[in-house]
Amino acid sequence: MRRDNWDLGRSPVDFDATNSAPPPATTGRSATERSEHVCVIGAGAAGLTAIKNLRQAGFGVDCYERETGVGGAWNWRHDRSPVYATTHLISSKPFTQYPDFPMPDSWPDYPHHSQVLAYLERYADHFGLREHVWFGTEVTRVVPVPPEAGGGWDVTISGARGGGADRTQRYAAVVVANGHNWSPKLPEYEGLDNFRGEVIHASQYKDPAQLRGKKVLVVGAGNTGCDIAVDAAQQAARCWHSSRRGYWYAPKFAYGRPADQVNDLVARYRLPLWLRQRLLQRTLTRVVGDLRRFGLPKPDHKLLETHPITNSQLVYYLGHGSVTPVPDIARFDTRSVEFVDGRVAEPDLVVLATGYLPRFEFLAPELLNMDAEGRPRLNLHVFSPNFPTLAVVGLLQPDSGIFSLMHWQAVMVASWLRLREQSPARADQYWRSHHHEFNRRFTKAKVKDSTRHWFEISHIDYLRAVQKALDELEPAA
Amino acid sequence: MSEQVFRWKEWTRPVTPVSREVLTSQPADEIDLTRPPLLFVPGYAHGAWVFAEKWLEHAAGRGYQAYAMSLRGHGDSGSAPGTTLRAYAHDVVQVAARLPRQAVLIGHGVGALAVAQALSRYPARAGVLLAPVIGGPRTLAAALRHNPIGTVPGLFGAPLRLGRRQLFGKELPVGQARQYADRMGDPDAPRVVYQLARRHLPQRPVGGAPVLVVGSPDDRVVPRASLVRIARHYGVAPLLFPGMGHDLMLDARWQEPIDAILDWLEKEPAAADR
Repeated sequence: MRRDNWDLGRSPVDFDATNSAPPPATTGRSATERSEHVCVIGAGAAGLTAIKNLRQAGFGVDCYERETGVGGAWNWRHDRSPVYATTHLISSKPFTQYPDFPMPDSWPDYPHHSQVLAYLERYADHFGLREHVWFGTEVTRVVPVPPEAGGGWDVTISGARGGGADRTQRYAAVVVANGHNWSPKLPEYEGLDNFRGEVIHASQYKDPAQLRGKKVLVVGAGNTGCDIAVDAAQQAARCWHSSRRGYWYAPKFAYGRPADQVNDLVARYRLPLWLRQRLLQRTLTRVVGDLRRFGLPKPDHKLLETHPITNSQLVYYLGHGSVTPVPDIARFDTRSVEFVDGRVAEPDLVVLATGYLPRFEFLAPELLNMDAEGRPRLNLHVFSPNFPTLAVVGLLQPDSGIFSLMHWQAVMVASWLRLREQSPARADQYWRSHHHEFNRRFTKAKVKDSTRHWFEISHIDYLRAVQKALDELEPAA
Repeated sequence: MSEQVFRWKEWTRPVTPVSREVLTSQPADEIDLTRPPLLFVPGYAHGAWVFAEKWLEHAAGRGYQAYAMSLRGHGDSGSAPGTTLRAYAHDVVQVAARLPRQAVLIGHGVGALAVAQALSRYPARAGVLLAPVIGGPRTLAAALRHNPIGTVPGLFGAPLRLGRRQLFGKELPVGQARQYADRMGDPDAPRVVYQLARRHLPQRPVGGAPVLVVGSPDDRVVPRASLVRIARHYGVAPLLFPGMGHDLMLDARWQEPIDAILDWLEKEPAAADR
């Protein structure tokens, strides 16, 4: 039984990696032993499943988490958490949960964010993951060690709240699970600096009370933007909702069942994309109707070409007149906002639900094979094509729940690292035939090119590729 | 073959939720974290009570957090129409995932089949299959031979009735055996009975959980050949307790198998230290 670092109060920065003296017996680990370990960055939904699956494959794991608890984005106590009081899942339980740790039957189809956090905490406790996490510790730099110096990675860590000196620890492999919904993407608008009203990013929106009695403009028709518009419809004095283009709004339920479950009834058959799009579009026009009647623009794209928006309530509040749809913003004035169609609004509060950008400050861009715009180009959205022991878990925008996909990504990483140990020749063969496949897309639809959509995937196309990779990574019986 | 990532049935036709009866015995002393929680899963017509009778308390006495559940349609658990083996496995995984730590799954009879199927979904510390019923012609032949009156109506959708002589060894006093047999319920699961006409060889356990197969050569429900066969499927040999009946946990010498299981858990390195 591993009880070696049960004492969480002890921070790994107490160690000196360069110290050749054996570490205190109570820790049971030495720096050299750790150089066989895998470093996981982040203890959110992606990091937790990485720890669990790496441990299950027999790897020693150290996870560094800048916050003091698990759950990452889903832990509302964390200052980088994007959740607001009314956040619910938008993919139903069977798609969202880790496939080997189901959410309770007694929970609703679309659990509340507090239940999601409870779920992640239970997962961490059930599989004993916390004992592998160093809380309050931030990774500041990850540098590859040249093979002639022994290979692996030098990971520099420091106290997240500025406490403690930096220390560097060597690891055999690094799994990046730092999330991609914490660094706000802020658009630029003409005259925004002169606007006298309040402007916040959706990441600063926590509670509907922030909207009460105000005239609110919500910018962005992503899932967050639509949620906030619905909150504003109930709380604010007035609500304008600005979107650049027309979207398809999927309801949460169709035919009395979670809509994503209905969708996969069709999706499981390998129908051609055009037929699937037509079937779904037909279902949506039947269930939701033509949204142009409500003042929304016609979608300028086919279904499945942008990240799906799941919101049953927006249309309802449009029909009540408590949300006024408006197009893209042309410019801000001191008191007002002008839209591209010439209409003008005078909001007290502008909420920019304009999304988030992935950030990997601790890694040099070439390690993740980033392009000029800073987008990592990874094999299966997981493996660095240049460094076989560097992987990313959770960097996906799926048309479905993400925890289950992260689980399979973590299983892939663990299988890959295990194959490298057990059968280097086969690992080498796999690497040579696949490492250059980093431009592969995992959706058949022509996805709109934007900062959000480059890592958009269809869960079915992606899982087909994952199943193939897992079969190939399976050690020979 | 690696694990299958596509779970169409789970995604598109989730199992109907029911309420579930879970009984527990906890160790008197402080909980020893090296000992995984145990989840006992009774088989067809059996409720959680069959384990609560002797084994739960005995396991708790040896320092284990011991739980016993009733599958849907059994004991005090709720029921749902159209119950299948898949729903049983679902019930097992649901209860296992609510336990405080990674658990050992111990299933009996059809409950062992549910556990075997659950092991390919949930990464248990270990799995124990007690007199596992995996269906197929052998199971049917044994049932017809030892209990034709109780079995034949079951094949036509009526309740399958289990007999005293089918379940217990000769050492258990007749009065006691009759009392236990009277407590067996009717799970109203005709689809399960039909499904058992076919043999079910489970997928391999996820996370490499070690599996122990326990039974008796004198079991009148599960013939010895079936025990050997399922054990070989997992690459192990069955642990046999001659003279005992199918219901190892209620029979006269109930203490021997549970002690052997706990000893195995303590010795099995992959089970105890992960």
